[in-house]
Amino acid sequence: MATAKPLPVDLTEQQIDEFGREIEAIYDEAIESRGERDRQYILKVIRAQRTMALAGRIIIYAALLFLPGWPHLLAGWPATITLLLLGGSMLGIAKIIENMELGHNILHAQWDWMNDSEIQSNTWEWDNMSPSDRWMHSHNVVHHTWTNVMEKDLDVGYGIMRVTPLQEWSPKFLPQPLYFILLMLLFQQGVALHEQGLIDVIERKKKPAEIAPVMKRIGMKIFRQIRKDYIMWPLAAAIVAWPVSYFIPEVGSPLMVFGLVAAANMLANAMRNIWAFMIIFCGHFPDGVYTFTPDQVEGESKGQWYLRQLLGSANITGGRLFHILSGNLSHQIEHHLFPDLCSNRYPEVSPRVRAVAARYGLPYNRASLWRQFGTTWKNNLRLTFPGGKLPPEVARA
Amino acid sequence: MSADMQTGLRGAVTKITDMFAYPLRTSHYVELVNPLWSTHKMQAKVVDVWDETKDSRTITLKAGFNWRNHRAGQHVRVGIPVDGKHYTRTYTISSAPEREDGCFTITVKVLDGGRLSRHIVRNLKVGEHIPVGLPQGDFYLPDASPIQPLFITAGSGITPAMSMLRSLVAQERMPSTVHIHYAPHEFDVIFGAELRKLDSQQRYYHLHEVHTRALGDNNSCQSHFSLEQLEKLCPDWRERDCYACGPSSMLSSLEDVFEQAGLSRKLHTERFLAEFAEVPDDAVGGKVRFCASELEVDADSETNLLRVAEDAGMNPPHGCRMGICHTCNTTLKSGAVRDLRTGKLINETGAIVQTCVCAAAGDCELDL
Repeated sequence: MATAKPLPVDLTEQQIDEFGREIEAIYDEAIESRGERDRQYILKVIRAQRTMALAGRIIIYAALLFLPGWPHLLAGWPATITLLLLGGSMLGIAKIIENMELGHNILHAQWDWMNDSEIQSNTWEWDNMSPSDRWMHSHNVVHHTWTNVMEKDLDVGYGIMRVTPLQEWSPKFLPQPLYFILLMLLFQQGVALHEQGLIDVIERKKKPAEIAPVMKRIGMKIFRQIRKDYIMWPLAAAIVAWPVSYFIPEVGSPLMVFGLVAAANMLANAMRNIWAFMIIFCGHFPDGVYTFTPDQVEGESKGQWYLRQLLGSANITGGRLFHILSGNLSHQIEHHLFPDLCSNRYPEVSPRVRAVAARYGLPYNRASLWRQFGTTWKNNLRLTFPGGKLPPEVARA
Repeated sequence: MSADMQTGLRGAVTKITDMFAYPLRTSHYVELVNPLWSTHKMQAKVVDVWDETKDSRTITLKAGFNWRNHRAGQHVRVGIPVDGKHYTRTYTISSAPEREDGCFTITVKVLDGGRLSRHIVRNLKVGEHIPVGLPQGDFYLPDASPIQPLFITAGSGITPAMSMLRSLVAQERMPSTVHIHYAPHEFDVIFGAELRKLDSQQRYYHLHEVHTRALGDNNSCQSHFSLEQLEKLCPDWRERDCYACGPSSMLSSLEDVFEQAGLSRKLHTERFLAEFAEVPDDAVGGKVRFCASELEVDADSETNLLRVAEDAGMNPPHGCRMGICHTCNTTLKSGAVRDLRTGKLINETGAIVQTCVCAAAGDCELDL
């Protein structure tokens, strides 16, 4: 079946269908071969992530034993700060893995096939301000079904940015370089508020009372996240520091101890925010990625759906560790073609998808993090102003 | 401190420590040190394996925190990962609750074509941790009233009787007991040596082994359970409480015999339901039951179950309608469905069903 307006490729419908069948064959084969090796992988990542998070927090506490006032040789600010940074970064990396390779992918139902009640998309809760079921709706349903379709996919510019010349320019986009940086630093807060309901209220389609229950749930989730990182962990340290400050006043006040622990936790959360933002923005906004209009997807066939996912996503090159830290979203194309295939399989299906794309003369957007993030940033600046360059009218490799 | 106060205090402390671990729980970190200490799920460690016969094995399990001792005859749910997938099976505990080392045993026989039982018997290794449930079931001897039991067991159906017998021995209160046990050959008797020893040492315990294949494969039916055989092996069976466990063919003929004698209330049976639904070869659609909505409708083999539910006036959760977002996932309560993308049958109770890409394959029940 033809879409109202054709996709930007010089393939016939039969060829697109054939392309879809080839992609599907890769998926079926990968799904069929899942087994014990995959289970061991995810269990290992979960264990490593939890151990690392715990170790990071212990190191942050250990740093407090090196405050300048302690009467031992190693005490001093250099040791304290080093340990705080070390613990904070470790916690940050643990949070990155939890967010990317675990949370994102488990919530995509990539591991539901194991039937393990602990690792299920409908019960997993992630270390993020957005309640996982709310995120699953805006992400799995809206973004993955309507990838890069204007007016359908909320992720195209997140309602505040102009990421393609297809979006009409308006003066409200002038501060978007600032939004870009703010969203990078406050990414998890941004994701939590990335709600169709809120947009409806702003556009006066719904009354605030109608979305109150949802907002209450989101508020509760945000509170619990803040309580953990900025109340419980710092407070426990301050409670120990309080009697100590009576005996060795030089060590410092409980308030300072509270501040140091909170700062280390903030470092961890900031690391995760910046990293997640970078990887995710590289998925759909670098140079050469296509955006679509609703008339290009009306009456879309499965083959055309696959084609749209390929044209609308971009990969990032890197090593094994880089792929794990990015939750294998560095294989964004494969992730969009096969959103429920477990992520550890993306690296092995990637060359096959690339080869299929090459045979059909289709582009396969793949470059280093610096190129992908660089062009994303450059496009953001360029699209602040009217105009802008669209990718080629016909997508060719 | 009373037990109530203790759990109350522990609950309060955990509530606070869980705030440090959110969105996980403290137990998720405790588990890193020792899986048996976790409280958010119960696990057991395989501490020993022992072959009872050529195709059955006893697995000794050390249970974690929160384990509750069983009553002899009860069963337990065990989770086993095979090829990365978790399956749950129910096995009777074969050890006596009087065991003092905090361990219990299950005894598993390889079933023909049974992937799970084969995996447990052949591949489960000492040191592995597996998820377990709490002991359940109402197949156990009454505590108070002194009864005279008649055990009728076959094959691996010996396990609940073994647990009861071991318990009675440990309590030194073996009543007058008759035990009829069916097995193919002498050396196929699970716990054979222990049963024969009991028979010789316990004054009130009488064992009758029936080796069904002893007469040759063709005549094995002659030695199956019958009223005449029962009269011969246990003439006073009408005075006894019968506890039976074995294949359903045996249990049905037992039920007939007891019903005709008007003694149905004296017969206690334990049978395990099939974990897999039978799928007729010509299965084209069937009745779909939506349990939570208490609705039942007819469906064909082509229409996806989401559509079936919507046509029935329901509005179950859904999203992409193409099988990628998993918003419509639900649980199969019984029966079978077919994945329309691959044509694969899903007929295991408890399996996850994506309603937007699955259709009925015979009758089925969904948790919607």
